Amino acid sequence: MDNQWIPICPITDIVPFSGVAALVGDEQVAIFRLNSETEAYAISNYDPFSRAYVLSRGIVGDKQGVLKVASPIYKHSFDLKTGACLDKPDVRLPTWSTRVVDGTVHIAIR
Amino acid sequence: MRAKRKPTVVVVGNGMVGHKFVELMVKQDATATYEMITFCEESRLAYDRVNLSSYFSGNSAEALSLVQPNFYDENGIHVYIGDRVAQIDRTAKIVTSANGVQIAYDKLVLATGSYPFVPPIKGNDAPGTFVYRTLDDLDAIQAYAAHAQIGVVVGGGLLGLECANALKNLGLTTHVVEFAPRLMPMQLDAIGGAVLRQKIEALGVAVHTSKSTTEIVTDEHGRVEKMRFADGSELQTDLIVFSAGIRPRDELARQCQLAVGERGGIVIDDRCCTSDPDIFAIGECAVYEDRIFGLVAPGYHMAGVVADQLCDVQSANRFTGADMSTKLKLLGIEVASFGDAFATTPASKEVSLFDNLQGTYKKIVTDASGKLLLGGILVGDASSYGMLYQMMANEMALPPHPEDLILPPSRGEQKPLGIAALPATAKICTCENVSKQAICNAIADYQATTIPQLKACTKAGTGCGGCVPILTDILKAEMQRAGLKITNHLCEHFPYSRQELYHLVRVYQIQTFDDLLQQYGQGLGCEICKPAVASILASTNNDYILKHEHLPLQDSNDHFLANIQRDGTYSVVPRIPGGEITPDKLIAIGQVAKEFDLYVKITGGQRIDLFGARVDQLPHIWARLINAGFESGHAYGKALRTVKSCVGSTWCRYGQQDSVAFAIQLEERYKGLRAPHKIKAAVSGCTRECAEAQGKDFGLIATEKGYNLYVGGNGGMKPQHAMLLAEDLDEATVIRYLDRFLMFYIRTADRLQRTATWLNHLEGGMDYLKEVIIADSLGICDELERDMAHLVATYQCEWKTTIQNEDSLKRFRSFVNSPQVDPNIVFVEERGQKRPAYTDEKPMLIPTELVMPVG
Repeated sequence: MDNQWIPICPITDIVPFSGVAALVGDEQVAIFRLNSETEAYAISNYDPFSRAYVLSRGIVGDKQGVLKVASPIYKHSFDLKTGACLDKPDVRLPTWSTRVVDGTVHIAIR
Repeated sequence: MRAKRKPTVVVVGNGMVGHKFVELMVKQDATATYEMITFCEESRLAYDRVNLSSYFSGNSAEALSLVQPNFYDENGIHVYIGDRVAQIDRTAKIVTSANGVQIAYDKLVLATGSYPFVPPIKGNDAPGTFVYRTLDDLDAIQAYAAHAQIGVVVGGGLLGLECANALKNLGLTTHVVEFAPRLMPMQLDAIGGAVLRQKIEALGVAVHTSKSTTEIVTDEHGRVEKMRFADGSELQTDLIVFSAGIRPRDELARQCQLAVGERGGIVIDDRCCTSDPDIFAIGECAVYEDRIFGLVAPGYHMAGVVADQLCDVQSANRFTGADMSTKLKLLGIEVASFGDAFATTPASKEVSLFDNLQGTYKKIVTDASGKLLLGGILVGDASSYGMLYQMMANEMALPPHPEDLILPPSRGEQKPLGIAALPATAKICTCENVSKQAICNAIADYQATTIPQLKACTKAGTGCGGCVPILTDILKAEMQRAGLKITNHLCEHFPYSRQELYHLVRVYQIQTFDDLLQQYGQGLGCEICKPAVASILASTNNDYILKHEHLPLQDSNDHFLANIQRDGTYSVVPRIPGGEITPDKLIAIGQVAKEFDLYVKITGGQRIDLFGARVDQLPHIWARLINAGFESGHAYGKALRTVKSCVGSTWCRYGQQDSVAFAIQLEERYKGLRAPHKIKAAVSGCTRECAEAQGKDFGLIATEKGYNLYVGGNGGMKPQHAMLLAEDLDEATVIRYLDRFLMFYIRTADRLQRTATWLNHLEGGMDYLKEVIIADSLGICDELERDMAHLVATYQCEWKTTIQNEDSLKRFRSFVNSPQVDPNIVFVEERGQKRPAYTDEKPMLIPTELVMPVG
């Protein structure tokens, strides 16, 4: 089945190397960008360790080259591409495909 | 719909061992298989009884707690706090609690612990007599000690001496009374006991051995007055603590007719199973082969044995008794006793070094051939315990001259055996059962290069902590072997320490993280280096921290200029310099709190904290606060927080100086100053020290002639008294010294290092600091003052800047694509205010909870 793309926000609404939270249906999605104007990453905004919806407010960086965000509550890191928790590999968050069209970030819902 | 019923495990008792068992079950995901319920008789969840006496030297109940916040809640384990199981019906398999709760169990784990033995003598229950086991006991002792001068501990064993330390910390004249002819009769021989006694007496604690108490004599109010001994002698005292051994709490086992030992204790086999196959007993309440194990390590081992069985782990983990070797610090004196300390093995030999001058005693016991170590005793200096214990446990061959093992290193041969000689199977941490191999693996595979990292990935050193020295040796040896250097590099992105990075930023006038990363770092950065560099940039250039180039560097707190709380909401603290506030401003805070329905709490720093604000509410709250004349309090930043003050000479009849005015002046000067960690300060108007200035990063105490300046104090987790930097200063000199001190700290401290730790690590300590700050021995004081002047001149209220900046305000939205707010933020009412709902309350409050699946 084809992805359905939902427009979220202008990419310029996201400060480079940071994230924002978006509400897609009932789900809270954390969307991040690096310096690129054409690429973004989307994982769940839910931090399973603190049970709060806060990951969009974490610090973006890398661990040995793996793009990640660190939760602002207890500092667990999550892979921006796969949603995997880098500190506890058995925890994995949902991810969404993204694309940037005409400067607008879209995410795909399944 | 009813889910299939999971079998129920009931854990009776939430002491160290009971909690460890639950932790081990959770670790093995047993909550998926079992419904778990536990009873905690005390009003507090499990805490560290091993370090109980530190409660009187400043460790809070929270610091002693062994339970991660929300641990039980988050793992769906119900705890009945303040309730105990009163009855077990083994036929129906039901427990009934003192409060009448009835629970059917499939498996029952008894971890009821022990109680202190009180000798059956007249007056043993008079007011002024205590036992020493729980925090409640300690609270009672502390309350009574407030009106007492003398305290006696009955029992000169391990726990008794720990208790004597507690009484001494309470400021009592302390006596120890022991029935045996020497201290610690279970662990030490006659010479060891004598050396320990000599050292303890030198600390001002009186020791009375071979004393059998016959009666406690009370005064006309029935309170403790003196003790009478079998030899006819007497001892005056106000307070008595019994610490004469423990007895297992086996009353439940007796009530339901489980087998108990001859001298008490619930009989268990090597699977920790009692005479009922569905009931286990672990910890001090259990007896194995007629022995009770009153140490935490065997208790933890038993917890593991039962958890493995219930989790169907195919392991041969069995409890077959435990080695009662211990190493501890009693009243600051190191004592260790291990293996066959009394040389009871036939034909065993002893080698000892008794140094009455230094106050040390070291003895090793070997087999007849002198090839194997069987045990030993160390008093006064137990630094070789770790290695000796390993040699014994792993049956390593002794060197040709075993005395080298206990000779001082300067005169003995060079260390005969290094850490490399330890076999991979050597058990390093007996509390958590961690082998040398597991530690080496953690170093190699997880790149653990510090002790905290090693602790986090292996749990070694997190129990009694006795193995930390040997852990450190292994870490050093392994890193050396792997060709790694022990570095103070900030993180994988910067091969520099914080101090070096500060220097680079300052000297090369670097303005942004990107510039620093491109020139001196690699990768993208992370949550360690980004906030650290943001702080360095703020301490040098003092830009607005939410500028685009700085914003992604900030921790959530700095990012939203508020303190994030467990549910993702924030708290707000307006600055109230010196703790002085007008009624109008107080009313304004109240009005804001009311309008936005915020929870209100007074802080320890004489300000007001407003909790429960959503991200989108923060700018509106601050618009109101700024209108009322408030500025940001920087409670969210690694920055100057408050300068607390007492009311001082303007009102107080004892006040020597106007402490309020000076505190306000200092807070206004240093507000917003960003540093490696938070900075707290205080000014007291006289020597009574009501502002607690000696517990602060910097503190001033007024004298007749001016102020005494103290630095490097700390409250919190590791309280530390501040040290005197200079005396009788006028206000201008105070400010000059403070400018220098603060900038010197900012320049040279490690990331997240408070001034107390910084000063502890500063080579040369306080003397060196005085040289630098007062005598200007480095010739940098002008520079330090200039740097501070720049920071003071470029201060801005970050909230004022933020609410005037539309671009910044855009960041304060719950969702980028919707005006809705996070439906998971819900509150319940408690004591007339709101608090965030706990996980188990949420389903009732959120119609369709948006918790996402994880897996």
